Amino acid sequence: MNRKHLEERFFLGLMIAAMVIVIGSLVMILGTVVVKGLPALNLAMLTQVPRGGYYLGKEGGILNAIAGSLALAGGATLLSFVFSLAVALYLQNFIAGSRWVHVVRLSLDVLWGVPSIVYGAFGFTLMLFLGLGASLLGGIIALTLLELPIMARAMDEVMSMTPFELKEASYALGATRLETAAKVMVRQTMPGLLTALLLGFGRGIGDAASVLFTAGYTDRLPTSLLRPVASLPLAVFFQLGTPIPQVQERAYASALVLTMIILAISLTARLLAQRLTRHVIR
Amino acid sequence: MSASIIQIQGLNVAYGNQRAVRDVTVDIPARQITAIIGPSGCGKTTLLRSISRLVELTEGVQVWGQVVFEGQDVYSAHVDVTDVRKRIGLLAQRPFPLPMSIYDNVAYGPRLYGIHKRETLNAIVEKQLRAAGLWDEVKDRLRAPALTLSIGQQQRLCLARGLAVEPEVLLCDEVTSALDPISAQRIEGRLLELKADYSIVLVTHILRQARRLADYVIFMYMGELIEHGPANQVFHRPQQEKTRAYLEGEFY
Repeated sequence: MNRKHLEERFFLGLMIAAMVIVIGSLVMILGTVVVKGLPALNLAMLTQVPRGGYYLGKEGGILNAIAGSLALAGGATLLSFVFSLAVALYLQNFIAGSRWVHVVRLSLDVLWGVPSIVYGAFGFTLMLFLGLGASLLGGIIALTLLELPIMARAMDEVMSMTPFELKEASYALGATRLETAAKVMVRQTMPGLLTALLLGFGRGIGDAASVLFTAGYTDRLPTSLLRPVASLPLAVFFQLGTPIPQVQERAYASALVLTMIILAISLTARLLAQRLTRHVIR
Repeated sequence: MSASIIQIQGLNVAYGNQRAVRDVTVDIPARQITAIIGPSGCGKTTLLRSISRLVELTEGVQVWGQVVFEGQDVYSAHVDVTDVRKRIGLLAQRPFPLPMSIYDNVAYGPRLYGIHKRETLNAIVEKQLRAAGLWDEVKDRLRAPALTLSIGQQQRLCLARGLAVEPEVLLCDEVTSALDPISAQRIEGRLLELKADYSIVLVTHILRQARRLADYVIFMYMGELIEHGPANQVFHRPQQEKTRAYLEGEFY
């Protein structure tokens, strides 16, 4: 066997190894969560809030964290979506070609890389400034900051793949930039926008550090924007931190619930995206 | 020559340092088909697109000179560019239907101008699809995505979409070059019918097509207008040596 063949085999081997690591990690993570969490998972856990002594192994559930996480990530995703769409459309249709585009894109890329605890700390400072305590609103603000760069960049990417001729067709009928953006680009890129939404939501609902100071934690269900809320990542964190094995199992069950939520939302988004592609021009 | 609808005066278009159109002055006759011919890269598409200011969509483009449309320079500061583009339509080289249904494609333009009444839109959609010769093929599936049409049908849909805002001028940019011969023939047939109501400016690199369709011919070479005149005259008694050489196939 000559050198070229050896080289090819070597790199092929590397690629296969990399793939095995990726898929293997996924299987092992899911496996661990399912094996350790499933036995502790029961209806009470999904339908009740923690009762007295829950963290010592007594009765109750994590409905507070499920509802809290959905409220936090839902609110933040909604806000980020609105802002990201505006940013992406602005980049694509209004200042394309100017120097500002690069400045904005670079800023978004830097923000993407900022660790979530920094968003948490920044959000916390902002809240102190505004006189807010740990609250659903505070958590939503911190998560919006976290999700925004991810969503905005993802939307910017899909929109930049819109064929020029498609925009031109709209302009040629006398459409303004806003009309072209809202009626043509958004429709054309709808599946991609949905994927961006999902990326943001997934990042938001799974993040612990940014909600630690800003949203706080509570055993109650969320009722007000100005009161603290629980979240699943923190529920996992707190329960795993107890020395009681039974409670630790519940931590895995909570992680399983979090994973299932993300999975369910991914699948729904995929189905939706498939239905929306029927009009997309290729 | 009949009355002209557009008077191009000393028009120049440059992309960066590259001058694509140089000092073009020519009148476009009303309700006729004007063909702009010339070898590729001669600036004919740029000239066409500068008539409705579509060249401005390209970054770094500079335009000077005048395009007077019904007494008004379309490049003058107080002119609303969307109004210009509504009145001067475009049919592009490759059909690009909008990402919506057949019906919504045709209704897109009218809706931009505030027409939302169902019956009015229905009437416009039917009228323009008929004018584009597509109605009988799509009348039972108006709600289907435009993408389900064949390329030839898509081009006729784009024609109907362009007609739906009732332009006075129709710019056609090598509109048959992406189509099969039969579809191309259909589009040509449509254009010949439409010239009764519209002034058509057609860019083509197919000389035979120009001979079939054109009433008036503009020959361009290297960004400059070399010769223009009634089709008969340009094709049979070209005044310029360049025009004669091009028509006889000495260069493309």
